[in-house]
Amino acid sequence: MQLTETLSQYRAPPEIESGRRRVPVIVVGAGPVGLCAAIDLGLQNVQTLVLDADDSLSEGSRAICFAKRTLEILDRLGCGERAVSKGVVWNTGKVFLQDRMLYQFDLLPESGHKRPAFINLQQHYLEQFLVERLHTLPRGELRFRNRVTAVAQHPDRVEVTVETPDGRYVIECDYLVACDGARSPMRQALGLESKGQVFRDRFLIADVKMRAGFPTERWFWFDPPFHRNQSVLLHRQADDIWRIDFQLGWDANPEEERKPERVMPRIQAMLGPDAKFTLEWVSVYTFQCRRMDRFRHGRVLFAGDAAHQVSPFGARGANSGIQDTDNLAWKLKLIVDGRAPDTLLDSYDAERRPAADENILHSTRSTDFITPKSGISRAFRDATLQLAEHHAFARSLVNSGRLSTPSTYSTSPLNTPDGDAFGARMRPGAPAIDAPLDSRDGASWLIDQIGGRFDLLYFTGTQAVSETMRNTFESLRRLPVPVETLIISAQGVRADIGRFFEDVDGLFAERYDARSGTAYLLRPDQHVCARWRRFDAASIRKAQARALAAETETEVAK
Amino acid sequence: MTIRLDPNIEAPDDFYQALIDTHRDLDEAQSQLVNAKLILLLANHIGDMQVLREALRLAREDGVQLLRSQEI
Repeated sequence: MQLTETLSQYRAPPEIESGRRRVPVIVVGAGPVGLCAAIDLGLQNVQTLVLDADDSLSEGSRAICFAKRTLEILDRLGCGERAVSKGVVWNTGKVFLQDRMLYQFDLLPESGHKRPAFINLQQHYLEQFLVERLHTLPRGELRFRNRVTAVAQHPDRVEVTVETPDGRYVIECDYLVACDGARSPMRQALGLESKGQVFRDRFLIADVKMRAGFPTERWFWFDPPFHRNQSVLLHRQADDIWRIDFQLGWDANPEEERKPERVMPRIQAMLGPDAKFTLEWVSVYTFQCRRMDRFRHGRVLFAGDAAHQVSPFGARGANSGIQDTDNLAWKLKLIVDGRAPDTLLDSYDAERRPAADENILHSTRSTDFITPKSGISRAFRDATLQLAEHHAFARSLVNSGRLSTPSTYSTSPLNTPDGDAFGARMRPGAPAIDAPLDSRDGASWLIDQIGGRFDLLYFTGTQAVSETMRNTFESLRRLPVPVETLIISAQGVRADIGRFFEDVDGLFAERYDARSGTAYLLRPDQHVCARWRRFDAASIRKAQARALAAETETEVAK
Repeated sequence: MTIRLDPNIEAPDDFYQALIDTHRDLDEAQSQLVNAKLILLLANHIGDMQVLREALRLAREDGVQLLRSQEI
């Protein structure tokens, strides 16, 4: 996949002539994770330079399933609509044993959300949309064929040596975000490791172009007639491309299996003798579940596969990487601007490490089910599958991948623990759940109204908003780190003022357990950091200071 | 809830015979599959994670002790 010439064009970096320069943030790696980091920072006016050793987008399908939460982040970054229109939307998965269906599941069984559970989209399309988006931002710069060859950390800066076709240059930054993939040269350059488990199994991925009658669903087979004793996964992508993953077993020879004369008969057996298709891309992979001990090393932050790796079952790789940058970008912005202490970055590690552990746990469990490691493990797996055909209870034990859901930062030091009783599924640390809203400007979604700054969701119910309350909202807007209030009224109550929204289907009240006077404070990444049944400006200032890792409120204002 | 370890089956000999009869004429692999299904069915019936964990622990402890005593 090629970018337009303008976007991929290499230019001699000016620093080769002009000498060293300093930028606030350097991102290493222009995959989906690095590009999201750079766009997020660029949107917040932080000058960001992305360096990538390569000069093309990724090949083949690679990451293909993008989850609801990722789409909401992409919306905030201005790429969600393009991704969703190009991708194929799906909510349903089906699991088969041999020649029959065991059960199906719906990943988004309720309505009232802007985005679906998942879209499938080839990674290179997402990368293209992200590169084009970054290009529109005056504060973001992307340099291909700029390979980082050395990195040196100092108390006040990071020094990066970059090799280009025109020679070498040195550039400095306040912070470096390493998004350079599973093998991460940055990680190696700093002498760090990512530790965990290697799985003794091999999978063949084939991207096949065909017109086929399969519905747009995730289909997973255990022991199908066309590939005995192994598993097969089928996903539809954009442009009539279908992604098929064949489990091969550990003893398979990757070089042999990759050859078209081996691959084509496998696919023909699956699709039937009359199926017409062409093979677009093929690859054999193994996988690991592992992570670094810490994601922050001084002024260097690791994100995505560089920091943590999972098996592909569950679509937790690219999705969690993009959620890393969602967590990191606003923190870097406030630190670079001197609005939050450098220790706020410790919370990136404190929040995203448990998130990685959660993903690794799910991914390891799926892999243990798909690839049993012992005879007894295989017996339990087969017993589960056979029981699942007739008994509902066993279907809940079948694990063909537990699909990516966002992490709740329940143990985060940035959360203010609840002082009031709440019953809903929202809680401090959780990402905001979407709900449909209505306003004088028409129908909208909660998720489109928040993010990129601190937001206060104030549910006024059927009450009018008092003058005192309005003054409080105004004072919050004037804080050193502003808090914008979004007033939400009960279903059926309209008011034509300011940022005033009606909970048009009553879903906000339900999902947030909101009554008149309930308020939620959201961080710039749309995660809840505090909530109240009754609040005053002082409690909000205090909660915000905590969410900024500031010792006192005055520290925020310095 | 804690696991019941006092006698709870009304006719223990009948149960034991039924258990052994279930495996009649099966080879090792088939028996292993039947046992696995049996465990899954019973585990779901019990449902209580505390009881299940306790049973898993006791089963493994006794098993490991038996192996140790055979080594001597």
